Amino acid sequence: MKKTFALSVLALGLSAGLVSSTFAATPDARLRQMAANCGYCHGTDGHSRGGIPDINNLPREYFVNQMKAFKDGSRPATVMHQHAAGYTDSEFEAFARYFATR
Amino acid sequence: MSLNRRQFLQSSAGVVGVATVGSLSGCATQAPAVTGKKGRPKVVVVGAGFGGATCARYIKMWEPHIEVTVIEPNDKFVSCPTSNDVLAGYRKMDDITFGYNNLQGIVDSWVKDSMSAIDTEKKVITTAGGKKIPYDRVVLAGGVELLFNTVKGYDAEAQKTVMHAWKAGPQTATLRAQLEAMPDGGVFVMSVPMAPYRCPPGPYERASLVASYFKKAKPKSKIIILDGNQDIASKKGLFLAAWKKHYGHGTPAAMIDYRPNNMPSSVNAKTRVVGTEFDEVKGDVINVVPKMKAAEICGMANVRRGTDGKEGPWCPVDFRTYESKFVPGVHIIGDSTLSNYPKSGSMANNMAKVCAASICEMCNGRDPVEVPVVANTCYSATTDHTAIHVAAVFRYNEKDKNGNKIPGGEMVAQTLPKGGLSTEETEIEHAYMDGWAKNVWADTLAL
Repeated sequence: MKKTFALSVLALGLSAGLVSSTFAATPDARLRQMAANCGYCHGTDGHSRGGIPDINNLPREYFVNQMKAFKDGSRPATVMHQHAAGYTDSEFEAFARYFATR
Repeated sequence: MSLNRRQFLQSSAGVVGVATVGSLSGCATQAPAVTGKKGRPKVVVVGAGFGGATCARYIKMWEPHIEVTVIEPNDKFVSCPTSNDVLAGYRKMDDITFGYNNLQGIVDSWVKDSMSAIDTEKKVITTAGGKKIPYDRVVLAGGVELLFNTVKGYDAEAQKTVMHAWKAGPQTATLRAQLEAMPDGGVFVMSVPMAPYRCPPGPYERASLVASYFKKAKPKSKIIILDGNQDIASKKGLFLAAWKKHYGHGTPAAMIDYRPNNMPSSVNAKTRVVGTEFDEVKGDVINVVPKMKAAEICGMANVRRGTDGKEGPWCPVDFRTYESKFVPGVHIIGDSTLSNYPKSGSMANNMAKVCAASICEMCNGRDPVEVPVVANTCYSATTDHTAIHVAAVFRYNEKDKNGNKIPGGEMVAQTLPKGGLSTEETEIEHAYMDGWAKNVWADTLAL
C-alpha cells in the first residue's frame, strides 16, 4: 500500500515532468506533516497495526464530529480529548480531508 | 535561510537546471527535473533510531526523487520504549528487536558504519571504515551521549558489570540476567540522571516494573532509587499512587525507597557501592545512568551549543526545519535537540516528520513547513497490566510578546485537559501502550 503510494507519486512526478516540466499543485506539506503526527499511535496514514483504532477512510463529517466531541468532552476518552485540545476546528477539517482518502 | 537554500540547490546539478531557468521564486512553483542519480538532491541520515529511521522513510515516501543514504552501525533496531518490560520478564529481547530490511529496501543506500568526522563546509562525511559520503543536507539522529566521566570509577572496566541499560540492547539483557540472579531479599540500586535526560518517566517506570517482578518472584527484595533531581520529574502523582497501591509505598513494607537529591557521584563495581554527596549505598545489583548530552556526532559537526552559540550540551535548531541554528545544512532531530520537548520516541518520530517535510519542500525550492505542530504520547507501565500516560501538543510560534521575530521560532506547549495526564492507571491504557508500540515501530521502520 505504502509502496504503491510512493511509486504512484514518483510516476506522477515523472509524467508531469515529461509532459509539462511542472508539477501539479503541490501537496499541502503542512497538512501531511500534521497528519503524520497521528502515525505513532494510529499507524502510518491511519492504518493501525492493532490495539488502537484505524483512522483512515472515515467519512469526513464523522471524523470532524468525533474530534469536536473529544475536544468539548462529550465523547469520553483516555487521551484523545487532550490531543484534540491541541488543534483547531479547521485543522480537524483538514485531518478529515487527508485521512478520508488514505 | 534563502542563502542556505540557494547553496543547497546549486550543489545539486539536477536542480540547478531548473533553478537557472528562472529566479529562485520560479523554483517555488516548478519541480526539479528528475535527471538521474547524479543530479538528485542527496540527504544523508546518520543514525536509524526512532528519529533517523522515521526521517529516512518519510523523505522517501513524500519525495522519492531525493536520494537518501542512511549510516547506522547496528544490525538491528532495539526499542528503548518497553525495554523495562524485558527487565521485569514481561517481554523478551526478540519482542523489542527489529531488522532494518524494509527500510533498507526503501532508501537508496545503507551504510553499516559509524560517522567519524564531518566537514560541514565541503559537506562530506567520513565513516569509521574510511568511506567519504557527500551530502546536500545531513540529518544527525544520534540520540544521547552518556557522560560516564561524571561518575567517579565508572570507567570501561566498571561498565562491563554495571549497566545503565538506557540504550536498549545487550545492556538490557545483562541487567535482566543480573536481576534474575539476585537472591530474594536483595537490593536493587538504580539511579536517575540530572535532567534533561532521555525518557523522563523511564526511571520511575523501571522501578515500578522491577518492583512488580520482585513482588512475584522475590518479595523480600527492595529497590532504592537515587534521584539526582529534587523530585519525580514526570507523572509524579500517578507513579506514587501506583507505588502505594501495588508496592506498599508509605508503609514499612515499601518495596521502593525513593531518595531525591541523591546524584551518584561514584561507583565501585567490585563492592557494588554507589556513592552520592551524602551517602554510600550498597546494592546486590546496581544500575547507574549517568548524565547525558547530545550524541558525539553532534559534537563532530560542531552543533552542540547553547542558544548563544557557545559550546553547550544540546543542539539548538530552527523548529520549522530542525536545521542547526549555527551550521547550515546540518539538521538535528530526536533526543539531541535543545527544546522544551520531553526526550521520547514519540517526539523523535514527530520531529523526524517535520524535518522530512521541510527537507522535501526545500529540495524543491519551496519554503519549509509553516507553523508545524508536533505531539507527544508517552505511556508508562505501572504493573504487568496497567499503565498511565502523558500527552502534549506543541505549536510553532515565531514572534515574541513584542512582535519581534524569534530566531528559529519556539514550540509552545498547548494547554491540555488534566495537563495531558491520565486520571489514574488503567488496564485499557496498558493495551493502548502495546498498540502504540506496534504502531510506532511499524511507522518508524516501515514494518
